[in-house]
Amino acid sequence: MSEMEKTQGTGSAAQKVLVAAGRVLISLFIPFVAFIVLYGGFIFLRDSNAPQGIIAAVAIIWGVGGVALLFWVADWIVNRLPMNTAKKLQPFVFVGPALVILGWYLFLPALRSLYLSFFDARSQEFVGLQNYVFAFTDPKMLESFVNNLMWIILGTGGAVGFGLLIALLADRSKFEKFFKSLVFLPMAISFVGAGVIWRFVYAYKPPGEEQIGLLNALVTFFGGNPQAWFTLRPWNNVFLIIILVWLQTGYAMVIISAALKGIPTTIIEAGRIDGASELKIITGILIPSIFTTLVTVSTTIIIISLKIFDIVFTMTNGNFGTEVIASMQYKQMFRFLHYGRGSAIAIVLVIAVIPVMWYNLKQFSKREGF
Amino acid sequence: MKKVVCLLIIVMIAMTSLTAGGQQQAEPARVVTVFGAFVDEEARRFEEAIRPFEEATGIQIRYEGSPEFETLISVRVEGGNPPDIAALPQPGLMKNFAAGGHLVPMWSSLEQAVDSNYAPVWKELGSYNGTPYGVFHRVNAKSFVWYPKKAWEAEGYEIPTTWDELESLMDQMVANGHTPWAVGMESGGATGWVGTDWIEDIMLRTAGPDLYDQWITNEIPFNHPSVKKAFEILGEIWLDPKYVYGGVNTILTTSFGDAPRPMFQDPPRAWMHRQGNFITGFFPDHIQDNLVEEVGVFPLPGIDPEYGIPILGGGDQFVAFTDSPDVREFMDFLATWESGELWARAGGALFPYLNQDLDAYPNEIERSLAEALVNAEVFRFDASDLMPGPVGAGSFWTGMVDWVGGKSLDAVLNDIQRSWP
Repeated sequence: MSEMEKTQGTGSAAQKVLVAAGRVLISLFIPFVAFIVLYGGFIFLRDSNAPQGIIAAVAIIWGVGGVALLFWVADWIVNRLPMNTAKKLQPFVFVGPALVILGWYLFLPALRSLYLSFFDARSQEFVGLQNYVFAFTDPKMLESFVNNLMWIILGTGGAVGFGLLIALLADRSKFEKFFKSLVFLPMAISFVGAGVIWRFVYAYKPPGEEQIGLLNALVTFFGGNPQAWFTLRPWNNVFLIIILVWLQTGYAMVIISAALKGIPTTIIEAGRIDGASELKIITGILIPSIFTTLVTVSTTIIIISLKIFDIVFTMTNGNFGTEVIASMQYKQMFRFLHYGRGSAIAIVLVIAVIPVMWYNLKQFSKREGF
Repeated sequence: MKKVVCLLIIVMIAMTSLTAGGQQQAEPARVVTVFGAFVDEEARRFEEAIRPFEEATGIQIRYEGSPEFETLISVRVEGGNPPDIAALPQPGLMKNFAAGGHLVPMWSSLEQAVDSNYAPVWKELGSYNGTPYGVFHRVNAKSFVWYPKKAWEAEGYEIPTTWDELESLMDQMVANGHTPWAVGMESGGATGWVGTDWIEDIMLRTAGPDLYDQWITNEIPFNHPSVKKAFEILGEIWLDPKYVYGGVNTILTTSFGDAPRPMFQDPPRAWMHRQGNFITGFFPDHIQDNLVEEVGVFPLPGIDPEYGIPILGGGDQFVAFTDSPDVREFMDFLATWESGELWARAGGALFPYLNQDLDAYPNEIERSLAEALVNAEVFRFDASDLMPGPVGAGSFWTGMVDWVGGKSLDAVLNDIQRSWP
């Protein structure tokens, strides 16, 4: 290449044509080689009978190297183009892959779900709005809507409420770090893991046997009768929501606590000098100052509550009146293989999340997050 | 930067050539891939059982098992990447694949083997629209009652052979201050199947196999009097706290694997447990170690003498997705007792072959299970496995939970009927 560039200035017309042809050839050849290499790796991963260790190693090299190669080739091509065009195309070398991946793995599947939601179980016959009629009339679905509402109100209220309370109290404590770490710890546990832990808390044995469940052990210690907590409607929903609160309070607390630290002490001191009580300072100064943070934290947990699945699935499987939308979707899609209904419920869930998302993004952009 | 890129390209080109090399090496071996739902110890015993075939023919059977089998097999078939052979636990899956034209119908040598080695019901279970596809290998049977042998002997309880005898035995136990049954139907995402198994067993004993078959296809509705009657007979036992240890709360919240444990406490808290042959694996270790001395088993007695003692069960059926001489040879082998003999000797498996050698089973318990299975006049597949998914793995399960939880029987049966697709 460098030789070609050197000759470019002084070369004759013939040389210029040769150079141009060479450029076109190389421009075609390099992407072609890149394609062959990537495709070869793909074929190898798909068909090979090599030991799994080798396949894994190849997958890593192919995956990471492939991305680097794609970027390098794209960057190389763009740099060969005229300056003006190059400038316009350059950003897409960086943003393009993200857009493609987002489109391929998120946007297209969402569109396809929308499409499938108008078809029957095996996606063969058009059924109009029948799946949506199911989604809004089936007794189990109606039960799910009510339960999800309960999750949103109690789950979000509980997590944000306790998070705020603990952040405020910890701020005034000598052992702030210790308490906060303690509350934050459950964040590290997966929902399914939390389910396993809380199964032991709620475990039930018939009266007269040793209670291995923490809650029933306490109840019987104080002379009560052991309860099968999961079967007590509608309280069993609350027992499940407590798990979400236990998991998410740490998240709410950390974010709120950080926001609290950001409030200038001068304002608080001014309030104190004016003779405001501690409670008045909290309600009149602290909470209004961190309002946008509270909104962001709440919307995040609302979305988690809307999509809640793991806890219900591992604890009760939606029995005893604890069904939720996401678990209904999973059952329709993967257990009953009714792609139409599953997709329709998924779309309903997406539509339910959109307003919260939109509000959340608006808050983000207000704070110049975007 | 350039050096790194060059290196990457070289590595990748090398890989590409490796691909070609790898494929060439793989081709000469005669490999048949088998995909199934059984894993760990069961997969190991399956591989052991088919080793003589591999040694005799030089065909390598590559078995892969997954606990997520039922989801994965659909994904693989629809993605155009099916295994050569799959072991399908649900007949509904076989029907889906057969309807989609993915399966190889039985060829004549296989059909002859199936005709002579199995009772006709197995061929029917492996057929779709009159065309046979599936070969059954290891099967399970569920209509068994397990009991703590030593405690029974001490109390002088005798094995009931009719339903009336069973009922009077239950009352005798209650009179002695004992609780007859241990029941638990919690099973994660599948909670409820223990109850559906009971209903199916009672349906077979009161309504008979013909009504049972019509029930599966919804020719009789789910709220049909015969179904209601089965629920009522079960309700006389389950919903009466003096007959079931811990009452309905224990039924609802005890995992099916923990359910039999009260039988092995000293003194036993419960005296009988109805469950399939696999349940011995869930007994406490000290019981498993002395299974034959500690545990007794008898088939759940018949109710209507016309139907004898029906056996309810299930099993994995092997179906072929690709047609090649190797695949055919292996499928032919699976239809013979020789393919199961080693596994039967190792224990933990029952086989349906008519010409099987009952002495192969390692102990009295498994022998009597196999005997009941082969001798049953009526054998039927688990109905909930044959019903459409939304019912058999959905509303029937949840309906059982709702009914035990106190919902009225009519409402439950109507709900299930309404959910029929």
